[in-house]
Amino acid sequence: MDKKTFDMENIDIAWCPGCGNYSILTMIKRALTELEIDPTQLAMVSGIGQAAKAPHYFKCNLFNGLHGRSLPAATAIKAVNPNLTVIAESGDGCTYGEGGNHFIHAIRRNPNITNIVHNNMVYGLTKGQASPTSPHELKTPVQTEGVFAEPFNPLSVAISLDASFVARAFAGDIEQTKEILKKAILHKGYALVDIFQQCVTYNKINTFRWFKDNTYYLDDSYDLHDRIEAFKKATETGKYPLGILYINPKPTFEDKLSVYSESKEPLFKRERDMGKLTELIESRSGF
Amino acid sequence: MNHEAGSKFIDDVSIVLCGEAGQGIQTVEHLMTQTLKLSGYNVFSTQEYMSRIRGGNNSTSIRISSKKVSAPVNRMDILIPFGEGAVKHVSKRISPDTLIIGEEKVFKDEYDGSNSIDVPISQIAAEVGGPIFANTVASALMLRLFDVDIELFNDYLKKRFSGKDESIVQKNINAAKRGYDLSDELLKNGRIKVLIQHDPLVKKEIIMDGVEALTMGAIAGGCDFISFYPMSPSTGIATYLAQHAKEFGIVVEQAEDEISAMNMVVGAWYGGARALASTAGGGFALMVEAVSLAGMLESPAVIHIGQRPAPATGLPTRTEQGDLFFAIYSGHGEFPRAILAPGTIEDAFYLTQHAFNLADKYQIPVFILTDQYLLESHYNINGLDPYRIKPERYIIETDVDYKRYKLTQNGISPRGVPGYGKGLVVVDSDEHDEEGHITEDMNVRTNMVNKRLKKLELVSQEAIPPELIGNQDYKTLVVAWGSNYSVIREAMGNLGRDDLAFLHFKQVYPIHLSTTDYLKKAEKTIIIENNATSQFANLIKLQTGISIDRKILKYNGLPFFVEEIEAELND
Repeated sequence: MDKKTFDMENIDIAWCPGCGNYSILTMIKRALTELEIDPTQLAMVSGIGQAAKAPHYFKCNLFNGLHGRSLPAATAIKAVNPNLTVIAESGDGCTYGEGGNHFIHAIRRNPNITNIVHNNMVYGLTKGQASPTSPHELKTPVQTEGVFAEPFNPLSVAISLDASFVARAFAGDIEQTKEILKKAILHKGYALVDIFQQCVTYNKINTFRWFKDNTYYLDDSYDLHDRIEAFKKATETGKYPLGILYINPKPTFEDKLSVYSESKEPLFKRERDMGKLTELIESRSGF
Repeated sequence: MNHEAGSKFIDDVSIVLCGEAGQGIQTVEHLMTQTLKLSGYNVFSTQEYMSRIRGGNNSTSIRISSKKVSAPVNRMDILIPFGEGAVKHVSKRISPDTLIIGEEKVFKDEYDGSNSIDVPISQIAAEVGGPIFANTVASALMLRLFDVDIELFNDYLKKRFSGKDESIVQKNINAAKRGYDLSDELLKNGRIKVLIQHDPLVKKEIIMDGVEALTMGAIAGGCDFISFYPMSPSTGIATYLAQHAKEFGIVVEQAEDEISAMNMVVGAWYGGARALASTAGGGFALMVEAVSLAGMLESPAVIHIGQRPAPATGLPTRTEQGDLFFAIYSGHGEFPRAILAPGTIEDAFYLTQHAFNLADKYQIPVFILTDQYLLESHYNINGLDPYRIKPERYIIETDVDYKRYKLTQNGISPRGVPGYGKGLVVVDSDEHDEEGHITEDMNVRTNMVNKRLKKLELVSQEAIPPELIGNQDYKTLVVAWGSNYSVIREAMGNLGRDDLAFLHFKQVYPIHLSTTDYLKKAEKTIIIENNATSQFANLIKLQTGISIDRKILKYNGLPFFVEEIEAELND
């Protein structure tokens, strides 16, 4: 596939210079190109925030919905047309804060979608308030003495819900992250990729350097299918592990829908059986 | 009054069954309405019940009539109390003519009148096999009064209890026989006389409640996706779709909350499905953000709100027409919508079917406003024709330079879906350009607002006209919307006054352009609504500038009775 398949011309990108979003955008485009995904068969779904603008900057079908609500929309899009590749992409505030309940239930439901979360541990678009993943040390114009609430740990939550695929990546490592993304997209079931990313404007604690110094990659001896081990890794303090933490193959939401038991045809191509409905109506003349 | 001479019921009898939740009142209602209809009687039934699973007091009113009936009456001709507290629960509706048939021991402390017949229902049930058979004995007793063939009743029991132990079926049949014997005596000694006409044509008619009709209308409208969170009185719609999901190819998903449900509905339409959201006012409160999303994305959406008394949790199992303004103003920002309000079981079917075409054609949210009363009332109707409204599909195959929000003369941009054609379908909750990409260009903004609002004119031109019932040369015009159709119609029929006419709206927003002329012609106008602030009258004022003279409002959680409307209109 042409390396420029997903490129768009003459676009005005709204991100700050040096933002981690740029490299994530590059990685996603490369992953999609290497997987030879046809842009017309790809549906990106995003919420609101700086990260949620990313799909505006490459060629794809796009549902840019409400803040926090990308997962319900993505689940439905996949459910009505399972032939599409569906990726929900948004930030930590959108996915884990406003959309926290949907995050939990999307994992339980296990639609065959990929969930890319740009995690810079701060709110960008609303100018620097704490996000659910902000560390205690982060002082902001609102959290003037630092963040009191415990940082949200998306990986341990996902693993505790026995998610199908859980990974963490870093925006500074293009090759490794691209490979993780490819595996997540190919994975059958809900796949979470939480991507650590610097915010050059509002987060002076979790900087590019900080992420470099405080992360490490899981090695080949790590057992991807061991849930207890994955939970330990997800809750490790000190340095944060990068890579795929947990894979749990299981039936997807769409697999279990009776509408696809005989045909995989998307719903919009189907005709309603009015004869059958007439029979149902007429059956109400008796018991 | 000496009732020993006997009670006579001519042409229209109202039977009320009253008992605790969990005692099987609904089972008896179902059994009676089905078998009576199959015997050629016109029947109507409606329920009022408490928000609990066991205990309390619930009642079902069944009308059996020589002519078609589809509205409740306050009058109780026969009351069947199923336990202590039942008579007290409906005491306000008891008149000297109300005949109580039941076990004296359950009502002796609550009733001092003489018009009752003591029947040993629990004794017979015990003899047949246990207290569980009491409902069958009581039903049989009633059905015999209407000369329902015992074989028909037995067939019903066999069907109802199929899959259960053979002895259960047999015991029910024995219970039915004993109930019939009991009734035979009452008829023989002249204590009760029933003179209701039955019509062989009614036997072939269908009988259903608003839930079933609305759901079948959704199926007819091509609905293939519903996401919902359970909430009375709307839950039945999703349940019914779930039970027929496989048969018709429908995705039914119980969401984590109504926020998710509505976002799924908008997502499903984007993916090409015809999706339905169904909830009550409180659940809809959580959906409104995504209603606004549908407005911005120009996504079709069909939203059913089964109204119940609010604010907040209100009276969860009762009825009201209190969410009209809520539906009209739901969602931040300005965007077009249409609001339909079925008045009958037939309307519940055809308007829901129509809603899917309307939403798809104009790419707008279309609301269907019902209420607990309409959803949970049953009556017999001639039939429903799913072919009457043609399915209209508006999805196009996109080409390579497709623009989702292409500016057109009438404001409607052809709607593509992802994966169908060579184009890309981009939709955005931000203000967007023709391609669907985020923009802050003020000229584009103005053009897009104009484009969206232009569609309201078209929706307005296609509005369903109100129905005028009664004398064309009226002096007084009674105005109502939605589920009050039948009760007002019957009351006006009874009054037989030629100075009165009735104007009923099944589309309440935007209202049809003829409304002004109808209102101007009247010397006096009266609104009848099940709410406290006459929302529709206010809406009429907003849309026509005309004030309604008099308001008849009820908001205690119950629907209007025919007699109430008659009395109010004669006032």
